[in-house]
Amino acid sequence: MGLNSLRKESIHEWNEVLNPSRPQIFVGMSTCGEASGVVAVNKAIQDGLEEHGIDAVVNKTGCLGICYCEPLVDIIKPGKPRISYRSVEKTNVSGLLKDYILDDNPRPDLALGAWGQEFKGIPDLFELDFMKFQVRIALRNAGVINPENFSHYLARGGYQGFEKALDMDPEEIIAEIEKAGLRGRGGAGFPTGMKWKLCRKSRNFPKYLICNADEGDPGAFMDRSLLESDPHSVLEGMLIGAYAIGCSRGFIYIRAEYPLAIKRLKIALEHMKRHHLLGENILGSGFSFDIEIREGAGAFVCGEETALMKSIEGQRGTPYSRPPFPAQAGLWGKPTNINNVETWANVPVILEKGAGWFNRHGTEKSKGTKTFALAGKVNNTGLIEVPMGMTLEKIVYAIGGGVCDGKELKAVQTGGPAGGCLPLAKLGLTVDYESLAEAGSIMGSGGMIVLDEDDSMLETARYFLAFIQEESCGKCVPCRTGTRQMLAILDTFIKGRGKPQDIETLLSLGDSIKKTSLCGLGQAAPNPVLTTINYFRGEYEKGINPKLLRAKAHQ
Amino acid sequence: MERILDKSSIDEVLKVYPARRDSLVRLLQAMQSKFGYLSEEVMLAVADYLNLSPSSVYSVATFYAQFKFKPAGRHCIKVCYGTACHVKGAGKVLTELERKLGIKKGETTPDREYTLETEACFGSCALAPLVMIDSEFYGRVTPDSAPDLIGGD
Repeated sequence: MGLNSLRKESIHEWNEVLNPSRPQIFVGMSTCGEASGVVAVNKAIQDGLEEHGIDAVVNKTGCLGICYCEPLVDIIKPGKPRISYRSVEKTNVSGLLKDYILDDNPRPDLALGAWGQEFKGIPDLFELDFMKFQVRIALRNAGVINPENFSHYLARGGYQGFEKALDMDPEEIIAEIEKAGLRGRGGAGFPTGMKWKLCRKSRNFPKYLICNADEGDPGAFMDRSLLESDPHSVLEGMLIGAYAIGCSRGFIYIRAEYPLAIKRLKIALEHMKRHHLLGENILGSGFSFDIEIREGAGAFVCGEETALMKSIEGQRGTPYSRPPFPAQAGLWGKPTNINNVETWANVPVILEKGAGWFNRHGTEKSKGTKTFALAGKVNNTGLIEVPMGMTLEKIVYAIGGGVCDGKELKAVQTGGPAGGCLPLAKLGLTVDYESLAEAGSIMGSGGMIVLDEDDSMLETARYFLAFIQEESCGKCVPCRTGTRQMLAILDTFIKGRGKPQDIETLLSLGDSIKKTSLCGLGQAAPNPVLTTINYFRGEYEKGINPKLLRAKAHQ
Repeated sequence: MERILDKSSIDEVLKVYPARRDSLVRLLQAMQSKFGYLSEEVMLAVADYLNLSPSSVYSVATFYAQFKFKPAGRHCIKVCYGTACHVKGAGKVLTELERKLGIKKGETTPDREYTLETEACFGSCALAPLVMIDSEFYGRVTPDSAPDLIGGD
């Protein structure tokens, strides 16, 4: 039992989409699209097709990451390339359909790009600055296929990695992942292969597998977009991991704030069941595995692995100290392997194309690519995937098109509340786990917020610190009390009543919190304050009470 | 959203999940989506069903930000307070909505029409600032356009 005959049919179906006998229309239906009014555009397309008597197929697709051009609509006419239209409005849909589909005028004024070639004055989409520096591995299908259509995923090489894995020894699979150099994309960068190996070695059964989709960092939307656009890539990765490690049950722990991602995951799980990719004796291999979705309930700390497991168990989501590591004793005290959404999405490609193909991208210690959610005061906001080792400068200026309204860049905030603010002078830094950590920030899950000259660094640090302080679970003292103290001191500077010696107090308090907190949340909580003191000390000095400064001068 | 709680409608939700500890969060979520909030009666019924003490149920319910213990308004307005929304002026949007509705965040209008809340991040940062009303998303909201989302005057 295999997927061969189904894959053959799927390729046939997919070819009919790419080289159609009647026009195909793709509407970008993800949360970003919805927020920019794609539902009304979709309705206008249906009305327009009826109005002009056009026979066309309307597909939905996920997110190409070009959020600044949403809503995006693609049209493929027989014998013509796929053309993406930008910022489509319900009012111009009817005209576009008539002009291009009936009258063969592709409307270069409304187009963003044509896929893979220049076409009648429309530039090649993949040669646009926003696209040409990207290497899309995790996002290989995002915005390309219909995420609710199993055939599309299959036709694009889906489940080939898994079928290949079934013909390998579990140890061989793990060795391949190790050779690829894949590291955790949730932010910490732990080597994935090593994690799997530790869990596989455990002699305690059953074993569990978890996909961490509790993307809580404000300003980060990589996982949401990936799950909405290509859920099967993540699920296939989980299948491969479960087979390699020997897990019988898997969970996807996802934020309840992501309703569309949850809906698409549910649809994808149904596909898997229907095609014997879940349940007993998968594809006749003797391997059995099931996946359940668990929705988070609005606690940021549950993105931390031990807290996440407590939450799945139906308890308060408070972390506990390690060891024992989840690989030894995790969910219900059993060996458990947790990886992030993006990590899982990389796994099938490594199996399908080989470790050697994967590790050609990236730096010596950080292999492959990383997705980033580029937002804030940057012209081209969106979701990007770049090879590790690209400079921040290239990301912000070449891909992001620079700062909005011609303003000066002040800082780039990476890594969410646990990360830090890097100043203009650090823009030559390359994005990989090591260099970002060295500069006092972290890779984190991939949030990247551009701040301009109008943004106060004190306010920015306060925003993150207040977030962390609110989300602290309260279990350990350094995080519970320390972040509150830091916030109180920070507020005195914001109000211009800071004490001169309190800059040092913040530094030493931050240092203690980092060293003594129980989990990653507390250990990283001081980062936004520490990096802003480090790089923007002048702004803190301006917040010192002038009377105290004078008093000091008189001493 | 049903307002009148009766034993049979609570029981109906209970039987969706098995009577195991790990059903607790899911049951509370199911209860809230049916009744709009978690009343004492609902939490006691969940405790009874899972054979847990009422205090353990309450302790879990109060840990998670998602759970409400007071009835919410007919419409729920959530202003995204993620980083991108924050730097693009979500604070002013919130202030404007507070002014228009005459309530502070976390409160419900006296006529029970609207509840105003903030959300950590919807992950649609490219369209910041973002506001969600019931299940509809609105992107690139400005302090000027925000009051129009609610309609009327």
